[in-house]
Amino acid sequence: MNKNFRVPSNRTLNAVEVKSKFGAEFRRFSLDRSKLGRFDEFYGLLQHVHRIPNVDLLVGYADVHGDLLPINNDDNYHKSISMAAPLLRLFLQRKEEADYSAFGTDTVTRKRTPVALAAVLLRPDANKKPPIIISLPKDFRPVSSIIDVDILPETHRRVHLYKHGQEKPLGFYIRDGSSVRVTPQGLQKFPGIFISRMVPGGLAESTGLLAVNDEVLEVNGIEVTGKFLDQVTDMMIANSHNLIITVKPANQRNNVVRNGNSGDGATSGSSGRSSDSSTSFYGYSAPGSMAMTPSHIIQNYEQDDEIEDEEDLVIEGNGETKLIPQAPARAAASSSMPTLPRYEPHLNLQPSNGAMATSASVGSLNAHDGGFEGRNLEEDGTVITL
Amino acid sequence: MKRFRRHGNESQKDKHKQDLYQFNKTVEHGFPHQPSALGFSPSLELLAIGTRSGAIKLYGTPGVEFMGLHDENAAVTQVHFLPNQVEFVTLLDDNSLHMWTLRAHSGVSELHEIGHFTLTGPPGAPPSITRVTAVLAHSSGELLLLGTEGGHVFVVEVPGFRELEENNIGVEDVQSKVPEEYVGRRNLECVEALQENPLNPRQVLIGYSRGLMVLWDLERRRPIQQFLGTQQLESVCWMEDGGNILSSHSDGSYCHWTVTGEDPQTEPEKQEMPYGTFPCKAISKIIQLSTRQGPPFLIFSGGMPRASYGDRHCISVIHSKTHEALDFTSRIIDFFVICEGEEHNGDPSALVVLVEEELVVVDLQTEGWPVIQTPYLVPLHCSAITCSHHVSSIPLKLWERVQVAGALQNTHYSKKPWPINGGQNLGPDPPQRDLLLTGHEDGTVRFWDASGVCLYPMYKLSTAGVFHTDADPNDNMNQGSEGEWPPFRKVGCFDPYSDDPRLGIQKIHLCKYNGYLTVAGTAGQILVLELNDEAAEQMVEATVVDLLQGQEGFRWKGQARLDVREEPVLFPPGFQPFALVQCQPPAVVTAIALHSEWKLVTFGTSHGFGLYDYQQRKNIMVKCTLNPSDQMAMEGPLSRVKSIKKSLRQSFRRIRRSRVSMRKHHTNNAAKLQEINARLEAEALQEMELAPVQRKIEARSSDDSFTGLVRTLYFADTFVSDSSHSTPSLWAGTNGGAVFAYVIRVPTVERRMEDAVMAHPAKEIQLMHRAPVVGLVVLDGKGAPLPEPLEVAHDLARSPEMHGSHHLLVVSEEQFKLFTLPKVSSKSKLKLTAVDGSRVRRVGVAWFGSRTDEQLESSLVMLTNQGELHAISLPSIKMLVHHPCIRREDVSGIASCVFTKYGQGFYLISPSEFERFSLSTRWVVEPRCLVEAPLQLRSKSPSSPIHRDQPDGLSTEHRNFKRESEGYGVLQEIQKSLEGDPMPFLENNLKTKPKSGNVLSNGD
Repeated sequence: MNKNFRVPSNRTLNAVEVKSKFGAEFRRFSLDRSKLGRFDEFYGLLQHVHRIPNVDLLVGYADVHGDLLPINNDDNYHKSISMAAPLLRLFLQRKEEADYSAFGTDTVTRKRTPVALAAVLLRPDANKKPPIIISLPKDFRPVSSIIDVDILPETHRRVHLYKHGQEKPLGFYIRDGSSVRVTPQGLQKFPGIFISRMVPGGLAESTGLLAVNDEVLEVNGIEVTGKFLDQVTDMMIANSHNLIITVKPANQRNNVVRNGNSGDGATSGSSGRSSDSSTSFYGYSAPGSMAMTPSHIIQNYEQDDEIEDEEDLVIEGNGETKLIPQAPARAAASSSMPTLPRYEPHLNLQPSNGAMATSASVGSLNAHDGGFEGRNLEEDGTVITL
Repeated sequence: MKRFRRHGNESQKDKHKQDLYQFNKTVEHGFPHQPSALGFSPSLELLAIGTRSGAIKLYGTPGVEFMGLHDENAAVTQVHFLPNQVEFVTLLDDNSLHMWTLRAHSGVSELHEIGHFTLTGPPGAPPSITRVTAVLAHSSGELLLLGTEGGHVFVVEVPGFRELEENNIGVEDVQSKVPEEYVGRRNLECVEALQENPLNPRQVLIGYSRGLMVLWDLERRRPIQQFLGTQQLESVCWMEDGGNILSSHSDGSYCHWTVTGEDPQTEPEKQEMPYGTFPCKAISKIIQLSTRQGPPFLIFSGGMPRASYGDRHCISVIHSKTHEALDFTSRIIDFFVICEGEEHNGDPSALVVLVEEELVVVDLQTEGWPVIQTPYLVPLHCSAITCSHHVSSIPLKLWERVQVAGALQNTHYSKKPWPINGGQNLGPDPPQRDLLLTGHEDGTVRFWDASGVCLYPMYKLSTAGVFHTDADPNDNMNQGSEGEWPPFRKVGCFDPYSDDPRLGIQKIHLCKYNGYLTVAGTAGQILVLELNDEAAEQMVEATVVDLLQGQEGFRWKGQARLDVREEPVLFPPGFQPFALVQCQPPAVVTAIALHSEWKLVTFGTSHGFGLYDYQQRKNIMVKCTLNPSDQMAMEGPLSRVKSIKKSLRQSFRRIRRSRVSMRKHHTNNAAKLQEINARLEAEALQEMELAPVQRKIEARSSDDSFTGLVRTLYFADTFVSDSSHSTPSLWAGTNGGAVFAYVIRVPTVERRMEDAVMAHPAKEIQLMHRAPVVGLVVLDGKGAPLPEPLEVAHDLARSPEMHGSHHLLVVSEEQFKLFTLPKVSSKSKLKLTAVDGSRVRRVGVAWFGSRTDEQLESSLVMLTNQGELHAISLPSIKMLVHHPCIRREDVSGIASCVFTKYGQGFYLISPSEFERFSLSTRWVVEPRCLVEAPLQLRSKSPSSPIHRDQPDGLSTEHRNFKRESEGYGVLQEIQKSLEGDPMPFLENNLKTKPKSGNVLSNGD
């Protein structure tokens, strides 16, 4: 009850209480929610308050479930602040004597109190093998998905690749080719577009959903029949940050198996179903069967379109600060570092309306930093000054 | 979805679209690519040119043009007008003959193909029997004589192409009459020439390749006389008296024969080899024309001494003591001579020569035989076109000044009017004065009058004089030294060789209101020029601008800067350069803009952009846009050329080495080497076939090459920093999807010389899709594009709406995006590439209006990489109409496209031809012309030597009578009274539809 009472008051004060523990020492301070800054600044702040300027630290915090989670980039730093209710409890360790096993997310099964957690942290035996560190599912961004399983023929697969500004290349090549289809007139050859090569380590390869010799049927809802290779290339590149390709996999053994009524697409289709004549009938009785779906599909894309639209970056010129409406931000800017460019996210930012794609900005352990602040800031829809 | 559509609204919109937009390809300007045949009708005064791609083009008086295309994709090898008719016959490379006619349709003539025909020989005969080598359109207008490779002459009735087998002249018929000792066992070879006796249409001279010529009586079907030439025959020609013949031969000689009607002539009257003693090349065509007083004109092509001048393309003209060898810069296709008088048999007045790259007309009646400037068929490509720029509705004052400057350059042309004047130009006068400026590889800018159907050269500006170049300008001018033999004279202007590729013009911008011009070139040079009516000697001040701004780690691997002349240079009246900016590194200038009111020029390369004040002659601002990791941008355009040179050198070395080793081995390694080479080649080919064409799918990133290349620059007076005061601003778009905006402070007019112009960075937009920005436009409060500088001052545009918010339209290759100003936020967008896979190649703002309504609407006109033309509404950026315009494979055509401000456009269909198109219903420039059948010549209707039995010589007499009569008005009256049968009259009057239809069906 006490806590519940305090939360709103803190919110209004716009401050976050921080209790930081390094070894046996505690430090308490507070942070302004509106001026969080970046992780490295925060890191410097921690070193400063603990007076350990040259010690490499591993920063962890206890989340609402009592898990010890790491803070090592802007994303999870901001996440930790947003999770602080109202107190943010930090645990600092020296990097060289860190115990990675302390980090974990299995609190759902094994309730741990923060005290127990701390005890684990301080456990001296460090010769245990560090296990792989995994965050909560919601902390990951989606990389790819199979969509529209319910409306597509079983022989087809619609793959959504989420580029989201990450550094990984999309990484595949396409070529012209011809495919044999069953038509009322019998077997006929049609020109088609095929995946010709995968770049090792690329996004396309890492998803495992696309393979060499898969025939490309649609790009973001638009059929590629009748289009030239260069046109299809340009379409894919234009949609590259949010690419949805419908393919007919060359290997039809891993198709999604559907029961008559459950259309939610369990993606574990590993049955040995081969592409017999009945399946090819689905897909290739030519335009007709494809034409049945569009209304659905287009709707989907329109949704995606709104989500997907990465906003252009606008940098306003130096000096003239009076233009920008967000008052507090401007004040901070003009007082502290007037010459630095300010990132002003413009346009009607879509609030993340529960769609998967937008919730993706929280990084996991290995998330990037540096060059993406602009983007991330935009997605958060806040104005950040440095 | 459908039920939500409001039908009424839609149809109204559609109607509006139809009122405004209509796509037409209207006319082709320039010189036909690869011409292969020339024809001329003296009676129609029409010139016909056939091309290797099967096109046929007719030209008469300026504005009278027709164009046709054969369905077969074969070269046109011969064009023959049927004498005194509007039909003509073409012979194609595939041995088919085609009949064309000009038919009037609602007052305007149209060119139609009305029939085609291929000779069929007897079954089992070799194809050479029917392979047509010579065509004679008989003066009766009813017969076509076809000489073939097998030596036969087939007679065909036209226009229906009915074979008259009984009249054919078989090679046996001729051979049997020729003395045994002449023929021996040898073949007569193909029919090289067929010529009708100018005075007796019954007599036809047949020339065989072996040298034999036979005068044949068409009516009696027997030879009249044989001329036993011993040299390979190239051409024959009747003299006007009908009693003498000239023949030209492959050894460079010509012979003169006299028709005596007696037995075989074994020796010519006279044999001459004009360029003498040493072996000469063939004389491919010869003509002799008499003059009323004085000696005749002898005109022939070729015949040059093989060893020393065998590579020249010459036509020699000999008249009395004057002898000139007109030296052309490209291969001669054909030539003809225009004669004076109603009957076109007076003194020769002009020599018309079709060479591969241009049409040259020489005035034969003026001393010195000057060239007459052609009003059409101009060789646009006399130096390769590197860019073009169109300026609509030029104020009269500027127009006249340019015209005067151009006239001063053309003093060497003949003052005679253009001699080919067939047809009537019915087109309305052009609604406005339009200029098309083309930049060329040799550093020239040519100004063309593009107002009407004829693209007429107005003025030529050369920028090479500002720089030191390797070539001495006097090098190729005065080569005709005294006493040179043959007496060469250079004619024609086609000169594709550029002294220095760095001089090439890349961008042009002309202010039509005050005559300022800026041109930018390949080596980073930007010249600012001013129109001056007087010649002036002045220094051109050069300013070097470092676009890298001290960024380190870059080494420019391309060309060097051009060397500026340090001394004053004399510039003739016209556009004279007064300021020069040289970019460092000297890369190709990729964008340019001129604001003549603020007196500023902005320019961009692959490294950045700058702003130059040409009033104070100093650079104001430089922005480096180069991505630090982009090393590709430091490769100049010439470094690649260098590497070609290098590889050439290497391969030569390799050859030399292999030769040396061959000599060493002494054995016959050549065969082995060949074998190895063949195998390697085959392997390489196989490899090429195996590797499929594939395209990488990768998102654009900031690390791509050439992201810093400046694609577009734009000046605008708009709200950049606050919404209450508009300021001058500069906008730049790059290849990497970035837009930079600068606020410019321009001092007041009074303080313009003293106070400095200032520019501050104001905004930077990075498009997330990172596609190249190809266009920037600011729309005013009413959604209309801002007017050009000085347009409002000259009362030619309404002033922009400064109330309400301005918008910035950013056109990238993939999207159209509209942003609000001054706070940049996206308002609407149109995705192009993501939806249909095409990309924006060219974009422009144009005004459209219906035929009836005065009101104009602005739209965007856009050409995609698929060659589709789109109109896009403003400010709502919605697709309105689209039309396929250029083949998608025609990359250079798409790249060359320019739009006018009124919905027309030009693109290159070959290096020498612009196609003009129009998307506007109101502004269409297309030929509208009428050609009528030459009625005055009906009198000779009873002249077919085959159908009509009549006393010998009557038709000749008749013709003579005709010639002597003065004025054809009288003649026509006589004809009308003589005309017994009205049908033949109808037959030739092409306005009578039913007859034409009949002809068409006969043709098949």
